Amino acid sequence: MIRFVIRRVLLALPTLLAMLTVVFLLARVVPGDPAQVVLGDQATPEALAALRDRLGLDRPLSAQYIDFLGGVLQGDFGTSLTTGRSVVTEVAAVLPYTIDLTLSALFVGVLFGMPLGILAAVRRNAWPDYATRVLSLVGLSFPAFVSGILMLLAFAIQLQWFPVIGAAALDDPAGRIHALVLPALNLGLIMTAYVTRVTRSSMLGVLNADFMRTARAKGVSRRALVWRHALPNALIPVVTVVGLYLGTLIGNSVLTEIVFSRPGLGKLILNAISMRDYTLLQGIMVIFAACVIVANTLTDLVYGLIDPRVKY
Amino acid sequence: MTQVPPSPSHGPVLAIRGLRTEFRSGRNWYPAVRGLDLTLNRNETLAVVGESGSGKSVTALSILRLLPEGGARIAAGNIELDGKDLLTLSERDMDRVRGDRIGMVFQEPMTALNPTMRIGDQVEEALRIHRGLDRAAARREALALLEEVKLPSAAQRMHEYPHQFSGGMRQRVVIAMALACRPQVLLADEPTTALDVTIQAQVLSLLDELKRTYGMSMMIITHNLGVVALIADRVAVMYAGQVVEEAPVRSLFAMPRHPYTEALLRATPRVDEDAGTLAPIPGQVPSIRAMPPGCAYAPRCPLRRPPCETEVPPLQADGDRLLRCWVRNNERIAA
Repeated sequence: MIRFVIRRVLLALPTLLAMLTVVFLLARVVPGDPAQVVLGDQATPEALAALRDRLGLDRPLSAQYIDFLGGVLQGDFGTSLTTGRSVVTEVAAVLPYTIDLTLSALFVGVLFGMPLGILAAVRRNAWPDYATRVLSLVGLSFPAFVSGILMLLAFAIQLQWFPVIGAAALDDPAGRIHALVLPALNLGLIMTAYVTRVTRSSMLGVLNADFMRTARAKGVSRRALVWRHALPNALIPVVTVVGLYLGTLIGNSVLTEIVFSRPGLGKLILNAISMRDYTLLQGIMVIFAACVIVANTLTDLVYGLIDPRVKY
Repeated sequence: MTQVPPSPSHGPVLAIRGLRTEFRSGRNWYPAVRGLDLTLNRNETLAVVGESGSGKSVTALSILRLLPEGGARIAAGNIELDGKDLLTLSERDMDRVRGDRIGMVFQEPMTALNPTMRIGDQVEEALRIHRGLDRAAARREALALLEEVKLPSAAQRMHEYPHQFSGGMRQRVVIAMALACRPQVLLADEPTTALDVTIQAQVLSLLDELKRTYGMSMMIITHNLGVVALIADRVAVMYAGQVVEEAPVRSLFAMPRHPYTEALLRATPRVDEDAGTLAPIPGQVPSIRAMPPGCAYAPRCPLRRPPCETEVPPLQADGDRLLRCWVRNNERIAA
């Protein structure tokens, strides 16, 4: 088991390196001179040259690449061009909010999605199945910003149960959860729709498997059949999809953060783009991609736990 | 067929009467088993033989009521285990019969086991459900069973998962599962078909041996007449959802009476004859959606006469056997 974990983690390293290289190259092929963008049209050639020198832009690409990798290894992603603070400080200030949102959306999705999916599969072609199918279709086809605005209108403005904007300070857990409810539900409902569909189809496949008939022939009750025999097998694809979706969920949190005016990576990205803060953007891209890689590696590890056929 | 209902300790352990099992296609129901009568006596091995599509497996699934829900139904008949009709039992009571009084071995050992459960747990399951054994007692019993089906180093291997076993070993595990509660009746649906030839013989002799030690009755479903000759006491030949001939194994092999049985024997390869002497049966089993009005075998039968194509022949006693054939039954009456 330990060896399996180590191997999976080592396998993630080349992916990380490839990702860093792509991010580095992307930042360099973007048209325009960053120094010009930062200083504007009126900048003197001396000022431009000075900034290029400070950013290391006048050095050969290979030297810049090594600098970049070296910085990343030491946890140094450079300095934000607009605020002058280090990118790590900027990201660290808002990352907890995005993690809160992503993990709680994941939690909502699994909490509601799995039971609904199981119910739909077990009562196939009866009303619970039709109801969950329609609901999950609605959940999947509603854009996050539309459902977010509807939720704000209903629960924050009409009923005034939840704050309309923002999030509480990090040292106020109760306020943090209170402010999190609507955004988490908004993002979580999409996740619920996803998990419901995958659980349903995976469960249907397993319910028709030969070994289910063997279990029935042993006299296993309906309930034990679903929970003990079908579910562990049906979980394997569900975990895969949940893991893969965790990556996109981090991306999708951007929209939700904007609609709910929450601090987070989403808002930070928006600012970085509008201010042409390309060191900040580069740092955020690295962190986003790293989160996705971590999520996928965790998925692989969980996979090894629930499927005995995965070799350690 | 006896007219007096059999008392629990005498008579057949399992009696199927007039079983009709139908499958749905669109809005219509078509019979896969058409008025089947079959009895299984105590300590007997009955082989049910026939081509694919003859209704053998459907019969076994009907006995345990494991037909696919919504797609199949038992439309008529009764299935009595020790004189008690299984078709009238609630699903809950039926769960008490499954795995306890009737065990079943399936055709595909590669897919019959749950891939996420250790094989020891899968064998223990029936013991815990029906015998109410605790974990430790069930484990001891499961180990004894796995040793009984000759699983090598069972004590270690019971903690492994199905994918770590070969087909033959998995089938031994499936057999151990089916036998866990010492059932009165063992249904074995093509138990050796998916196995290598050398393994087939081992599994068959294991089944035969266990049947004797446990004093079980066994219904073995197969299309392989070699299997029949090896372990059956009595044979029922099925065609298109009906029994066409039923006889003790020796007389059936010595003198098949139904033209289909004859053809089946001629189509079976033998070591002492050239493959050139094999006579495949022309044509195929009629589809359940297009049953001929008379004898189902008539379209392929060399002895066919006019009444064969219009009226279904009855299953009639003929010496030590039962026979469903207008021509052969009339020959006997005429003689």
